Amino acid sequence: MSFAAGDSTVDDTSARRTPRSITTWVAGSLAGLATLWVVFLARGTSAGSAIREPGEFLVTLLDGITFAGLLFVVASGFTLVFGLMRTVNMAHGSLFLLSAYVAIEVQQSMVGLDRNIEAGDIGILDWVVPVLVGSLVVAVVGVIMQQLLLRWNQGQDLRQALITLAVSVILADQMLAHFGGLAQRVVWPGAVTRFFEIFGARYALSRLFMLALALVVGAALWLWLNHTRMGMVIRAGVDDQEMVRALGINIHVVFATTFFVGAFLAGVGGVMGASFAGVAPGTDGQWLLNSLIVVIVGGLGSIRGAVAGSLLYGMVVAFAPAYLPSQYTYYAIILTFVLLAVVLAIRPYGLFGKEA
Amino acid sequence: MASARNVAVAVAAAVLVLLPVFGSEFFVSFVMTRTVMLGLAASTIVFLSAYGGMVSLAQFLLFGIAGFMVGNAVGEAGSKGLKLGWNPWVAVVFALVVTTVLALLLGALSARTAGIYFLMLTLTYAVIGYYFFGQVTTFSGFGGITGIDPPDVFADHPTRLYYLCVVLSVVAYVGLRALGRTPFGVALQGVRDEPVRMASLGFNVPVIRMLAFTVAGFVAGVAGILNIWWNGQIDPTSISIGPTLDLLIIAVIGGIAHLEGAWLGAFVYVIANNYMRNLPFADSLGLTEARFNTVVGLLVLLIMVLSPDGLAGLSIRAHGLVTGATRDARPGGVLDAALHEIATVDDGPNGRLGVPEPTTKGSTR
Repeated sequence: MSFAAGDSTVDDTSARRTPRSITTWVAGSLAGLATLWVVFLARGTSAGSAIREPGEFLVTLLDGITFAGLLFVVASGFTLVFGLMRTVNMAHGSLFLLSAYVAIEVQQSMVGLDRNIEAGDIGILDWVVPVLVGSLVVAVVGVIMQQLLLRWNQGQDLRQALITLAVSVILADQMLAHFGGLAQRVVWPGAVTRFFEIFGARYALSRLFMLALALVVGAALWLWLNHTRMGMVIRAGVDDQEMVRALGINIHVVFATTFFVGAFLAGVGGVMGASFAGVAPGTDGQWLLNSLIVVIVGGLGSIRGAVAGSLLYGMVVAFAPAYLPSQYTYYAIILTFVLLAVVLAIRPYGLFGKEA
Repeated sequence: MASARNVAVAVAAAVLVLLPVFGSEFFVSFVMTRTVMLGLAASTIVFLSAYGGMVSLAQFLLFGIAGFMVGNAVGEAGSKGLKLGWNPWVAVVFALVVTTVLALLLGALSARTAGIYFLMLTLTYAVIGYYFFGQVTTFSGFGGITGIDPPDVFADHPTRLYYLCVVLSVVAYVGLRALGRTPFGVALQGVRDEPVRMASLGFNVPVIRMLAFTVAGFVAGVAGILNIWWNGQIDPTSISIGPTLDLLIIAVIGGIAHLEGAWLGAFVYVIANNYMRNLPFADSLGLTEARFNTVVGLLVLLIMVLSPDGLAGLSIRAHGLVTGATRDARPGGVLDAALHEIATVDDGPNGRLGVPEPTTKGSTR
């Protein structure tokens, strides 16, 4: 159901909402109060209220949206794999990190420098090729993992989660051994490493570039799922795997393709993330967490849920530190938890999710 | 069958009690204290998954919260955190109350989910908890809290602390198994197998799950207090995603369907951690301390591929082979099957609540 453009869950939601009207009401007023605070009050915060400091507000909003773009690229791969195969890929963050490391190596050998690469030295190709190489490598790693370790125990979701967990532990340790413990980054191409003015505030073009890439990925995913034969089969498989098999479709090819794409998306996200904030050991766990929060909020297995979850979580990540009173900024992590709690209280399986 | 299992557990407990007589000081106060303590914490994961069908990754968070609370309560000027400077026993009560209340809240929040969704949710709690203690310097900050002394009874008496760990472990083991046979425990197993049916029979499924999570949180908190007495310090890195997964790995190694497997898994884990470099040929295979996680990961992978119910399940199955029992007819000893098994293995006729077997398997999954 969830991948289709026109869902018909209206009866469903209204029926479920009636007994929970109080929680919905509470959540609504919480959101309203938060908006009021940001727009009019925001006393003692680093940003100031939106009325008085529209530039700060716009920058924070853009931060949220651009980060949501990155979240979407990573989490859509996670949710795609789950939607079709019911496999929770705990190694998704490891694939993210592995792709980033591969891209860093490729970029360094393309430029011929080990460190101190200037953005000016990087052409568009010096960024695009590492993205493709890194993503292809982890896509192949993902398919190998799926074929060797997951293909024969399809449907045992806990066992699969623990298997991918073991893979993530091994990958993390091996990456630490091979790439070291220091933070590294992919360098954005020189063409996007600029700043522009917006309401008197400076803003990095590279973040908008990241958002544009995310939109391209999202559009490609939508076209693939809704306008190709393979996408049609995948959507059918999400709804009723048995029937797809019975129709004579080789579901194993579909599974492998989906895993390839899911891992590829983790890889693209990994290189984007490595350009945006750098990577280090531990980034894998952080991005597993990010993917989990997005799908828990949006609903596991739903692409639309990934969009909604990314936007909500991206906004919380951007707004919480800017609009909390300065001495409480470090409580920002609590607001992530509040988002999670509010969504779970209203819809235990996420905004667009259905019971597994 | 069950009696053979009980005899094995009793023998193991007797060995643990007698250990200080013939074991070296280092082995008892370092290796085995850690084993028993981690086993106690891991047993809460096993309890929740075996009796409730909930695989929780939040147990190590609750373990850590109890430690942080003790640290904040007994810390005196000079240390980090709240520095309340309380009596250590008051701190224990405080830490257990905070941990149990938090477990109740987290349980309430996640009680309407189960299975894989519950796993993801609790992993999220664990990582958020790590960032919380890292960023909120009021309670800890990334540097952590150091210089925490246990109460005088246990200070400078590592063997006493070891015995405390053993006694509490035995109490928890007996208590959790006994809890599994109470009406509450039986209802919990019913919720694990057939949540929809239990709900239509009038049981409040979320409340049952929430209470089970609270009990497990309390026990994890007890283990966390033992940990901070033993360690003398705690920092957020020690409850980060790595150690969190390690605790699940301990439960998986031992066998996530058998309560005693938790201590067995902890033993294997701690022994491997301490003595891996002493193995013959370890160096030539590249098995150094630094690559410990790779070895542990491979071990878990092997277990999940070969025998998802872990070492405890393996030994029970081996026993079944010897005695010619054909109970384990299911191929591969699938994890889900193992989870279902405990109802019939452990708890005899109570296991199924006397509800007639469904003619067709429910389509909830």
